This record gives sequence, structure tokens and C-alpha cells, in this order.
Amino acid sequence: MKIAVCMKRTPDSESRFKIAASSTAIDETGLKFDMDDFAGYAVEAALQLNEKAGGGETVVYAVGPDNVQETLRKAMSMGVDRAVHLKADAVPVDGIAVAKALAAELKTGGYDLILFGKHAFDSSAGVVGTATAELLGLPCITAASQLSVDGGTGSARRELEGAAEILSFPLPAVVTIDEGVARPRYPSLKGIMAAKKKPMETKPAQLGSARVTIQKMELPPERPAGRIIGEGSAAVPELVKLLQNEAKVL
Amino acid sequence: MANVLVFAETRNGEIRKVALEAVTAARKLADATGGGEVHAVLAGPPGIGEKAPLLGTYGADVVLVSESADFARFARESLAATMAERARSGGYRAVVLGFSAQGRDLGPRVAARLDAPIATDVIDLSAAGDTITVKHPAYANKVIMTLAISGSPVVISVRPSAFTAVQAPKAARVDTLVPVAAQGATVTVVDVKEGAKGRPDLGEASIIVSGGRGLKAPENFKLVEALADAFGNAAVGATRAVTDDGWRPHSDQIGQTGRQVSPDLYVALGISGAIQHLAGMRTSRTIVAINKDKEAPIFKVADYGIVGDVIEILPVLTAAVKAAREGH
Repeated sequence: MKIAVCMKRTPDSESRFKIAASSTAIDETGLKFDMDDFAGYAVEAALQLNEKAGGGETVVYAVGPDNVQETLRKAMSMGVDRAVHLKADAVPVDGIAVAKALAAELKTGGYDLILFGKHAFDSSAGVVGTATAELLGLPCITAASQLSVDGGTGSARRELEGAAEILSFPLPAVVTIDEGVARPRYPSLKGIMAAKKKPMETKPAQLGSARVTIQKMELPPERPAGRIIGEGSAAVPELVKLLQNEAKVL
Repeated sequence: MANVLVFAETRNGEIRKVALEAVTAARKLADATGGGEVHAVLAGPPGIGEKAPLLGTYGADVVLVSESADFARFARESLAATMAERARSGGYRAVVLGFSAQGRDLGPRVAARLDAPIATDVIDLSAAGDTITVKHPAYANKVIMTLAISGSPVVISVRPSAFTAVQAPKAARVDTLVPVAAQGATVTVVDVKEGAKGRPDLGEASIIVSGGRGLKAPENFKLVEALADAFGNAAVGATRAVTDDGWRPHSDQIGQTGRQVSPDLYVALGISGAIQHLAGMRTSRTIVAINKDKEAPIFKVADYGIVGDVIEILPVLTAAVKAAREGH
């Protein structure tokens, strides 16, 4: 199968964040950036699908400045065949603007399957994948928790609140990947060496106009410091009293 | 005048809570953009139109009933086409949806079809002049973004429970909206597997009781279930460690890569409070934690912490909660 994976480079999600002096961005000092978690699941899913199919081509795409090449290279060290860097000074927070750039690029790619993470950690919006599918006129599963392909037909599971949909769809299609589909592999030393020789194409991203912009970023209000009310079962009556009289949730 | 179109989500023939919250958010937006009307699309299987008055109770001026056998399940392409077509022909200022499983799929579809800007998972909104401004938690709830959206219409999806559905009774006018069929290749819903009956969804529950590795074994989750029963209508969640080990289904996972929740009460049982987990529940109104390690990070965010063996404390707590509720 010919599979494309669109990925984003995001800061390590376990970091402590500070707001930059501009107050419209995070302070990137000291942050580690890597492939977004959900993009990692998508890359792994693509590799496994093609391994199971006994061949094919896997291509990664990313929009952003030159540093996204490092992340694209990492995907190739995991086993992806080649990369396309859609160059832009920054990734707009406007998901439709990004989807336009990707759709313009992907429409002539001849892909059987186009995968995305269900959302990226930084913008946490979940727009780009599904919007790209619409712009391409392809069937789309948003946030699949299971995915398989048999011939020209895909099957997926998607979690609803308290239930799950079992879905079937014809290829070509777009699927955005939730956790649970595949745990990403670590690049092997051989993979890292091989990735250095794999092709990386760079071209300007044809972004749509940005109609959503960041006006301000702030940290959420701190929770008041925690309070330990007691030890063991003996503390239960006090807890119940507080839940009734103070928190008023009982 | 600026009218706002709302997607009033249904499932199994019932209007969902998130739909009423979306109506409330839409009312707020309509008032902020000049006091227009709120028009709610009530799409579902034949007969769903009977539910229309409920949307009026929560402030919809017009209910557009769109009945189709296909809408018994989540017919994503046809729903998106129906919403987009109505948004276009009705000249709306905005389309509002819930950021639920349905809404997170439909929102980008409708935006792409309308070539409209979209903001998702919104917790507050306002308008000034031609710009709509929203607040959106990003970086797994660690940062709050204020986003300015220009252009018209705009698509906005609201985080479940962020807007409290408020009654604003109106005798809503009811109209028929003809469903628009999907074009081209589509996704087929082969089956819908319903989860355990009788418990609310994690995103909608006002009380969540959640367990971690400190429970020591999967069978001890029945103690967690018992506490949830004692609270009445509580949902049961779990940490990533527990879902990764297969003690609980992945869909129960609360955390950065799982569900992000903010109930009135969150009870963390045998949960140490890894950053990954805190990102999913730190916005809960009241947090209770029971853990044997008094240095566990969960105690830094817990309003009420008890240090001790959760297996031993749980039955005592369950009995005390039951007694307290029966005493009311």
C-alpha cells in the first residue's frame, strides 16, 4: 500500500511550561521537541500495515520550519521510506489553513491511506486530519482506536462516550489515530544509519490564510495546595463531613 | 442580525446533555453578536422531532427537525452535508457543536465544507465587532489559549461540561430540514457496541471514581465500582498504567492521552498522580485522593487526602458515603 503520514513536531508533553514574554507563545527555552505522541502512533500503524501487506511505500509529511526535518528523519529511522517537508515559518494555529497546504500536496500523491494523529499535543484541536479528508473528498475516520486493512477495504473501531462504533470504509481514505492502535517502535541503530540516506524533499507550504490567531496564552489558575486530612480508615468520617459541608458534593 | 446554528446531538433517540450545553453556548454567542436567534438542528431517526420542545426549554428559538433512518447511527457525511448546507443557505454567523465524539468529527468537516475558520474544545467565548474570541485549553490543559477568529461564519465546538445548560424557556418554532445525502465514498457503521449500562460517560458524570495501580489487582476494581454505586450516578475511570495492563478498557483511561475530565468530584484511589494522569483531571472542582505514599504527587492537587491502604479504606468509605446519602 502507499501510505502517507502527516505529523507534527511538538514539545515533550511532560515538560513544565512557561509563557514567553510575547504572551502569545510558550517559552521554548530548555524544552525538548520530538514527534507528537499521536503522530508516533500513526507512523507505527502505517509501518505495521505495510509490513503485514508485505510491502508498499510509507511517506511522512510535516509543515513547519527547518527543525521539523529532524522529526521527519526520525520517522525514516523507524522505517518510513521518504519524507516531504512543507516549509513554513511556523505552523499556524488555524487548522483549516494547514489542511489546505496538506490537501494541495496530497491530492496528487496517489495514496491508499493517509494517516494523522487524532490531534497534536500543543494545539490540542484535532482539526487538520478530518478537514484534510474533506478537502480531498475522501472518507474519514476521526480518532480510530483500532485499524486494519484487507484488500481495498478498511475496518476501524472508534470510541463514543460509553460505546464504540465498528466501521468499514473503502480505500483511499483518511484515518486519524487514537492511542491504542500501535505503540511506536524505537529506531534501531541500523534504521538511524539508513535514514541518513533516505530522500527528504523540501518545498514551500501553500498555507491558507490564517483566520484563527493566538491573542494570548496563559497558565491555568493554580489549584490551592493539597491537604492531607488524616490516615487510614479513621479519616473517613472527616472526609465525608467535608464532602457534605465544605465541597457540597454529597 | 446574527443567528447561530447549533448541532443538537442525539444518540439512541435522545437529546444528549452536550447538545443542551451547546444551545446555551450558542445563546451566549448570539447575544454577544447582536441578539440573533438560536436555531438548533435536531437530527435523528424518524420520531426524533417529538423531542424538539426540550431544545426550546433551553433557549432555542427554532428547532430544525431532520429525520432520516440513517441518523439512527452517526451518519457523519450526511450530517456534515446537512449542517453545512443549512449553515450556507441560512446565512448564520456561527455553527456551534459539542466537542464530543460526534462533534470532534463533524466540526472540522463542516468548517472545511464552508471554508470557515474553526475553534474546537472551547471553554468560554465572547465577541467584539467582527471578531469572536474563545478560550481553548491546549498543551493537555497546561496552557489556556485565547484565540481570535475572524470571518463569517465560524465553527465552534464547546467542551462538555464547560457550559452549564441553562433553562431559558421558549416556545420554539419547529421546522423541517430535509437531510442532505452524502456524496461519494462513505464510512459504513457496521455495528455499535454499547458499553456497560447504568453508568454515565466520563465526560458527562458529575462524580468520577478512578483507580490506579495501588489497587494491586484487577479484581479489586469491584471495590471502586461499589464506591461509584454508593455515590449514585458516578462514572468509573482508570489510569494509563491500569489500562495498559488490561485491567480496564482503554476507553476508561483518564489522562493526557486519554479522556480529559472536570467533574464536580474526582476520587483518585491508589493513584500516584503522574503528570500524564494529572493532565486529565486537574481541572476537577474537588479532588479526593487515597494513597499509601504520603509523598505521592496526587496529594499536591487533592483538596482532601487520606494516607493509607486503599483496599482497607474503600469498604469503610463506601459504607460511609451510602449512609450519608441515605441520611438526606
